[in-house]
Amino acid sequence: MSEKPTETIKIKSAKKMRDLMTTYYLEALSAAQNNKPVAWITSGGPVEPLVAMDIIPVYPENHGAMIGSAKMGEDLCSKAEDMGYSSDLCSYARADIACSVVKGGPIGGLPKPDMLICCNNICGTVLKWYEIQARFYNVPLFILDTPICHTGYSPEIAKYVRTQVDEYIVFLETVTQRKLDRDKMTEVGTLSLEGQRLWQKVLNTTAHKPSPMSAFDAFFFLALIVTLRGTKIAVDFYKELIEEMEQRIKDGISSVPDEKYRLLWDNLPVWYQLKWLSKKFSDHNACLVADTYTSAWCGTIKYIDENNFLESMAEAYTRIYLNIGVDEMVDGVLDMIRFYDVDGFVMHSNRSCKPYSFGQMDIMKIVREKTGIPVLMIEADMVDPRSFSQSQVDTRIDAFMEIIKQRRG
Amino acid sequence: MKEIEIFHAAVNHIPDMALKIQKTGRKIMGYLCSYAPEELIYAAGFHPMRLFSSKSEIILAENHLQSYCCSLVRGVLEDSLTGKLEYLFGTVFPHTCDSMQRLSDIWRMNGKYPFFADVVLPAKLNTESAKVYMTDVLARFKKDLEMAIGKEITDTDLKDSICIFNQIRKNLSAIYDLNSQNPGIISDRDIYALVKGSMIMDRKEVAGLLSQIVSHLEKMSPSPRKGKRLILSGSVCDTPDIFDAIETAGGFIVGDDLCTGSRWFEGRVMEDEPPLSAIASRYMARVTCPAKHSGLVTRAENLISLVEKNKADGVVFLFLKFCDPHSFDYPYLKESLEKKGIKSTAFEMDDQQQSLGQFMTRIETFIHMI
Ligand code: SF4
Ligand code: SF4
Repeated sequence: MSEKPTETIKIKSAKKMRDLMTTYYLEALSAAQNNKPVAWITSGGPVEPLVAMDIIPVYPENHGAMIGSAKMGEDLCSKAEDMGYSSDLCSYARADIACSVVKGGPIGGLPKPDMLICCNNICGTVLKWYEIQARFYNVPLFILDTPICHTGYSPEIAKYVRTQVDEYIVFLETVTQRKLDRDKMTEVGTLSLEGQRLWQKVLNTTAHKPSPMSAFDAFFFLALIVTLRGTKIAVDFYKELIEEMEQRIKDGISSVPDEKYRLLWDNLPVWYQLKWLSKKFSDHNACLVADTYTSAWCGTIKYIDENNFLESMAEAYTRIYLNIGVDEMVDGVLDMIRFYDVDGFVMHSNRSCKPYSFGQMDIMKIVREKTGIPVLMIEADMVDPRSFSQSQVDTRIDAFMEIIKQRRG
Repeated sequence: MKEIEIFHAAVNHIPDMALKIQKTGRKIMGYLCSYAPEELIYAAGFHPMRLFSSKSEIILAENHLQSYCCSLVRGVLEDSLTGKLEYLFGTVFPHTCDSMQRLSDIWRMNGKYPFFADVVLPAKLNTESAKVYMTDVLARFKKDLEMAIGKEITDTDLKDSICIFNQIRKNLSAIYDLNSQNPGIISDRDIYALVKGSMIMDRKEVAGLLSQIVSHLEKMSPSPRKGKRLILSGSVCDTPDIFDAIETAGGFIVGDDLCTGSRWFEGRVMEDEPPLSAIASRYMARVTCPAKHSGLVTRAENLISLVEKNKADGVVFLFLKFCDPHSFDYPYLKESLEKKGIKSTAFEMDDQQQSLGQFMTRIETFIHMI
C-alpha cells in the first residue's frame, strides 16, 4: 500500500544501540585474548554476580534472536535435526547447538564458554540445552533451580532459591579463583535495578496516543536490558532513549503514522518476519504498542530490595512472567490491556516455546470474556520459518483488523 | 496365570476398576507422573491412581492445548473434560516437563474435582539443598492431604504405606530379573500389564498378587523361544501392541528405562528412616527422568549398565511425539551407546496412533541387523 499518510520517522537511538551491541559482541569474542572468563547464561538468569566479578556474560538466546533476524534459522535448525534433534524442539536451542558445532550464524558462533549458568525460570528446555553444551564444551554448569510458582512464592521455594544464590557465588568464586567484591556487587545491583526501572519507563511511553514506538522497536531495544543488565551502559542508553521518546511525544511523532488502532502482542517475536509483520499492521493503521515478552525484564521490580539486591534477587528471579501460573499471567495481560488501552490482542502460538504457548488458549478465552476485545492467534515459530505460512497469517490479520474496525465503528 | 489375568482385566477396564475401588470407601487421587509421592497419598487413605490417556479423539482439549503438545498431556485433559474421570476425588501434579507444568495450570483453572495439589519438586536432584527442598515440599504436600482428610497422617500410617509400596517395587524388580534370566517365561504384554496395573489397582491386592506371580515364575522352566534381547528406553509406553510387535519380530524385552516401567519402581524407601526424608532420598537416588538433572552423563551410564547387566543386544528408544526432555537426550544417549558398540533404534509415536505398521518394519530390520 502506497497511500500512507506520512513516512515513518526512524528512532535515532537505534544506531547507538547497534554500536553498543557490536562493541559488546566484539568484547565477548575477544575475551580469551584479554584473559577474561566468559559465562553463557540464560536470558532470565541472574547476571549481576557475573558483571560484578568481571565475567563476560553471553546469551545464547540473544544470539538465537540474531540468527532468526538474519534468517539463518532454517539452515541451522535443520543441521541440528541432522544431528538427531527433533524438529519439535525449541529453535533457539536447535540453532545454538548446531552453531556450536558448525561455527555458523551471523557472527560465526559465540565465544567458547568457561562456564555455563542455567536458570530454569523460563523453561525446562534450557536445562537440557545447557546440559548438552556442558558436555560439548566440557565446562562446569551451574543450575539455578527456580521452582515454578503455580500459586505463589512458598516459603519452601524462598528458602531453596535463597540457598542457591549462595551456592551460585561459591561456584563463580571456585571457577574463577576470585572473590566476589561485595561493594561491587551492591553497585551492580543498583545499576541493574535502575536499568530495569528505566526499561519499564521506555515501555510505558507507548501508553501515549499515538505511541512513539512499537513493540517491534521494543523487541530491538530489549537486547541491552538482557545483555548489559547491571551496567552503566544500559542505564545511560535507556535514559537517552526515554528522552528521545518524550521528544517524539512532544513533536507528535508516532511509530505508526496515523495510528488508529492499538494492539497488544503475546509471546516471543517472529524474528524472521518482523519487517513484514510491522508493515502489515501499520498498513491497517494499527500499532502493536506493547507485548508481554519485553516487559518480562522489568516485571519483578516490585520484589527487589534496593538495599539488598543479592538477598531479594532470589524472589525477583523466581517470580518472572514465565514462572508463574497461567491465571497470574492473565492478570498481567489484563493490566496491560487497560494500561495501554488496546483494541485487540495478538497471540503468537509459538511452537518452540511450550511454557509460553500452552495456557494461551485459556488466556485468550478469559481476555475475551473479561474485556470483549478481539483476540487473534497466529501459528508460528520465533526462529524456524518452516512453521510459518505467510499467506495464511496475512489473511487472518486482515480478517482480525476488519473485526476491530467494525467494533470501533 | 489367573493372577496376571486380574491385571489385564483392570488395565482394560479402568473405569470399572475405579468404581470397585470407590465401593471400598477409598477416594481416588489421580496423578500424572512417576514422581508422585504415592506413599503419602496412600497413607492419607486415598487411592493413588496414575492417569493414562484413554486415547479418545481430541475434541474438547483442542480448546486448551495446541496440536504441538504431547498426546499424553492432551489425552488426559480430553478425558477429564469429557467427564471420563468423574471418579476422581482429586489430582496431584508433580513438576516435571513444561507441558505437564502448563497442564497443571489449565487443570486447576478448569477445576472440577474437590482436591488439587501441585508437588513442585526440584529440577536438580544432586545437591544437598535440593534434597532439603524436596523434603520440605513433601511436608507441605502432607499438610495439604491432612487438610483434605481433616486429620493427621501419622508416622505409622506412612511406614505401613511405605512397606506396601516397597513390596510392590521389590516384586516388580524380581519379575524383571526373572524374565531377564529366562526371557519368555512371561510375555512382554503381561509384564507391562503388571506394571500398569500396579499403578492403578488396589495396592494391597497388587502386593499380594505380585508375590504369587513371582513364586510361579520362579518355578518355571526356560522358554524354548529364541530371540534378541532388547532394552526399551523412553517416556510413557501405553501401547501394548508395541510389545506384541517386538515379540513377533523376534525380540525379548529384558529391561527398560521407561517411566511406565522400571523408572517408576526403581529403588526402595528406607523403612527405618524418618519417612519424608526417606521418600526424598529414593527420588534423589533413583534413575532420573530427563526432565530432572542429576549430572551430565547419569542417564547414559545407567542405560549402558542396563544393557550390560541384562546382556542386551540392542536398545529401542520409544518417544512420544512433542516430548522435549526425551528428544533432547536422544542424540547423546545414542552416541554414548555407539561408543560402547551398542546398537539402537528410535521410534516416535503418539498415544492416538492406530497402526503399528511402520514400527513393525523398523523393529524387524533392527532385529535382523543386531
Ligand atoms: S523460547 Fe521458550 S523454550 Fe526456548 S529457551 Fe526460551 S523460554 Fe525456553
Ligand atoms: S511424554 Fe514428555 S512431554 Fe509428555 S508429559 Fe511426559 S515428559 Fe512431558
